[in-house]
Amino acid sequence: MTEIPREEYILKCTSACAGCGGTLSLRYVLKAAGRDTILVVPACCTSVIQGTYPNTAFNIPVYNVAFASAAACASGMSTALRAAGKKTHVIVYAGDGGTVDIGIQALSGAFERGTDFLYICYDNEAYGNTGMQRSGATPLGARTTTTPAGKTQPKKDLDAIVAAHKPPYMATACPAYPKDLFQKVEKALSYRGPTFIHILSPCPPGWRFSTEKTVEMGKLAVRTGMWVLYEREQGKVTINGPSKAAMVKPLPAEEYLRAQGRFGGISAEAVSRMKDDAAALAQRLQKEEKGIC
Amino acid sequence: MFEVRIHSRGGQGGVTAARLLALAAVRDGKYATAFPFYGAERRGAPVVSFVRIDGSPIRISSQIRKPDLVIVLDPSVMDVVDVLQGIKPGGRVLVNAREPRDMGGHPACSVDLTGIALREKLEVAGSPILNTAVLGALAKMGIISMESAKSAIREMFSDPRNVSAAEAAYRELAA
Amino acid sequence: MLTVATGNKAVAAAVKEAAPAVVAAYPITPQTEIVEQIAEYVSSGELRSQYIPVESEHSAMAACIGASVTGARTFTATSSQGLQYMHEMVNWAAGARLPIVMANVNRALGPGWNIWAEHTDAIQERDSGWLQVYVGSVQEAFDAVLMAFAIAEDERVLLPVMVNLDGFLLSHTMQPFEVARAGDFIPPLHLPHAIDPAAPGGYGTLTGPEDYFKLRWDIERSMRDSAGVIRETQERFARTFGRKYGMAEEYRCEDAEVIVVAMGTLGREAEVAVDLLRGEGIRAGSMRVRWFRPFPRLDLSGRDVVVIDRDYSFGFGGVLAGSLAAAGGARPFSVIAGLGGQEVTYEDIAGFVRERRPGEEFWFGVNGDV
Repeated sequence: MTEIPREEYILKCTSACAGCGGTLSLRYVLKAAGRDTILVVPACCTSVIQGTYPNTAFNIPVYNVAFASAAACASGMSTALRAAGKKTHVIVYAGDGGTVDIGIQALSGAFERGTDFLYICYDNEAYGNTGMQRSGATPLGARTTTTPAGKTQPKKDLDAIVAAHKPPYMATACPAYPKDLFQKVEKALSYRGPTFIHILSPCPPGWRFSTEKTVEMGKLAVRTGMWVLYEREQGKVTINGPSKAAMVKPLPAEEYLRAQGRFGGISAEAVSRMKDDAAALAQRLQKEEKGIC
Repeated sequence: MFEVRIHSRGGQGGVTAARLLALAAVRDGKYATAFPFYGAERRGAPVVSFVRIDGSPIRISSQIRKPDLVIVLDPSVMDVVDVLQGIKPGGRVLVNAREPRDMGGHPACSVDLTGIALREKLEVAGSPILNTAVLGALAKMGIISMESAKSAIREMFSDPRNVSAAEAAYRELAA
Repeated sequence: MLTVATGNKAVAAAVKEAAPAVVAAYPITPQTEIVEQIAEYVSSGELRSQYIPVESEHSAMAACIGASVTGARTFTATSSQGLQYMHEMVNWAAGARLPIVMANVNRALGPGWNIWAEHTDAIQERDSGWLQVYVGSVQEAFDAVLMAFAIAEDERVLLPVMVNLDGFLLSHTMQPFEVARAGDFIPPLHLPHAIDPAAPGGYGTLTGPEDYFKLRWDIERSMRDSAGVIRETQERFARTFGRKYGMAEEYRCEDAEVIVVAMGTLGREAEVAVDLLRGEGIRAGSMRVRWFRPFPRLDLSGRDVVVIDRDYSFGFGGVLAGSLAAAGGARPFSVIAGLGGQEVTYEDIAGFVRERRPGEEFWFGVNGDV
C-alpha cells in the first residue's frame, strides 16, 4: 500500500471554489513531490486559489508567470537549477487553456529540448478562471459561455500531441483516484527529462454539478470510459486498473453526461460521436498495451 | 579619410576582404571600419562591401558614395554593375585580371588573384579564395604595409598558404 | 590588443566576459550573429553557460525569467519583431525585478519586411521598467554590455537592462575594439529575492491595488536611483578600462548656439556634421543620448535644438523630440530620419541644422528639401 504523507503543502483558506478538482489534485501532487519543489503556474484558477499578496495558502515556492510562458519559464528555471547542482523539482501546474491553447508552443519547445521538469495539465475542460469559456480541451457538446449551444468540435487530443515528443514518462490521472495520482507524480519525478501528467479535474461550477460530487464525477468519467487512466512509460502503454475494469464492463456514457448541466440538451449525434471516440481510444490503447499497433 | 569599395559576388569573400583590409590598417596604427552593403546577401549575386581608413576615429556610418579606391574581385560583375560609379577624380582601381584593363582613364592595376589562389590550392567548395591574396596587392599599392597585411591574414587564417598568396600578389601586381 | 569585428561579435565577446549562467535566445536578423557566436563559445567550452535554444522570443524572455529568479545571471538578444513578440515578458521581467541583460539590435517593424535600422522597436518598450542604453560604436557596444550586468545586478537597481545597437550600421559593421578582461568588474550576482524551497513563498501572486501601486512606485524609485548607479559604474569603468561614458555624449556644446540631439550611430555621425558646420562659422554642438531610460537631463537652455528621431509615435511625433520638449521645455526642430534604414549622412544632418525651423516637424526625404 502506498502511504500518502500527512504533510500538507496546501494550507487552509485557499480561494478555491468548493469541490475544486484542480486543488484536490494539487494537494496530492505536492504530497508526492515533497518540499524541494518549485511550482510554475501560468494564468489559471491556481493563480487565484493561492490567495492575495502578501499572503499565500501554498507552503511551497510558487512562480506565477504569464499565460503562454509556463513551460519556457520552467525550462529556464530547471536549466539554472541543474547548472547550480540542485535537484529541486520544477513542476508546471497549468490549466487546459494554458496548455492546449495559448501555452502549447512553449510546451512543445520545452519537451523537444528535453527539459528536466514535470508538466501537469489539470484539465477542467474550459477557461475556468475567466468564467467558463470554451478551450481546445472542451468536449463536444459541452455548453460554455462562448459555446452557449454546445461545442461543435471534439476535445483536442493533447496526449497524442505530447506523446509525439516521446517523453520518457507520461500519464493521465484524476483526483477521484488519489493513490494512482500520487504514484504517477512520484514516478514522473523519478525520471530525468520532460514528463507529463494530464489530470481530468471535475469542476462543479463549470460542469454544473453539486460541490460534493467531485470525486463521484471523476469516478463516473473513468467508469464510463470517457476518461482513461493510463501511463506511457518509455513508450510502453499500461492501462491502469480502474480503466481496465471499465473497458470490460463500462457504464453507459449517459450516466456521466446527464450528471452535468453543461451537457444539457446535447444531441444524440454528439453523444454517439463521443462514445465512438471513447471506444476508438480504448481500442487504440489496448492495442498499444499489447504491443500491436 | 580613405574610402574603398569592393565588388564581388555573394560567397566570394568580399566582406572578409574588407575586414582583412580594415584589420591590416588598424595594425598599421590607423582607424578603420569595414561593412557590407546592408542587405540580404545571396550566393552568386553581385555584392559590394566597404572600408574606411583614417588617422582618427571614424564616426561616419553612412555608405560610401565617392570611393578613393575600387576593388573588383570578380570582373564578371562589370557586365552588370558600373563599378566606377561615384569614384573620385583620380581614384584608383584594382582588378582581379591577368591583363591590364582600361578603367575609364582611372589609374588601374591588375593582378591574377584567381590564378594565384589556384596555384596555392586555396579553394573552398571549388571556389578560389581571393580575399587573402588581394591584401598583397593592396600592400604593393601602398594602401597598407605588407607586414600588417601578413599579420592580419595570420590573425584570421591559420593556413600559411594565405600568406604565400598575398606575397605572390605583391610580386605580380602589374600597374 | 585591438581586434576588428562587428558590433554583434563585440556583444558576444562581452557576454563571454560576463559569463552568464544561462543564455536563452532565438535567432532574428540582424541579431543572429550574437547568439551564433555565444552558442559557439558554449560549444567550444570557452564560455561555461547553459545555452537554451528556445522556440520563440516570448519563450526566450520567459526562460531568462525562470533562470534569473533562481539567482542566475542571464542574457538574451533579439531585434524588431522578436522584441515585439517578447513584449509581454519584457514587462514581466521588469515587474519581477530581475536583472536580465538583453542586446537589442534596432530594426524596423513590419510590414513591409524591413531588416534595417530603426529605433521604434525598443522605443515601444520604453515604459516597461527596463533601463535602455543606445550605443554609437562597436567598442561602446562591448563596454555597454559589460556595464549593463553591473548596473542591472546592483541591489539599488535590480531592473533589466537593454543594450541597443543599430541594425547593420553597428551589428554588421567591423570596427577596431579592445576586448577588456572583465576580471572582477561585475561583482557576483546576489539576488535578494531568489526563489528557494527552503523559504517558500508566492511570486507574482494576485496583488490588490494598494500593494500593486507600491510595487510600481518601487520600480520608479529604483529607476531614479539607477541614474546614480549608472554614473558610478561608468566612472568605475573609466578608472578600470580607461574609457569614459556619460548619460549623453556632448560634443562641442560649450559655446554652441544650436545643438543636434540624436541616438545611436546618427548621434556619432552628427559630430562630423558639427565639425562641418563649425567650419562654416555655425556654432553647432551635438548631444548623443546614450541612456534613454532613465531619461537624462540635458542642458539645452538658450540654444536652438535639432532632434533627429529614428523612430516615430504615430499621432504624436518623434519620441526623442517629444521627450526633450516634455523634460526640458525645448522647442526643437524635430527631424524624422533614418526609418527603415534610410541613409542619413553628416551632410544631411548639417542641412537640418542650417535650415532648422524650431517647433516644426520635418520628415527627411518626404517633405522635400529642408
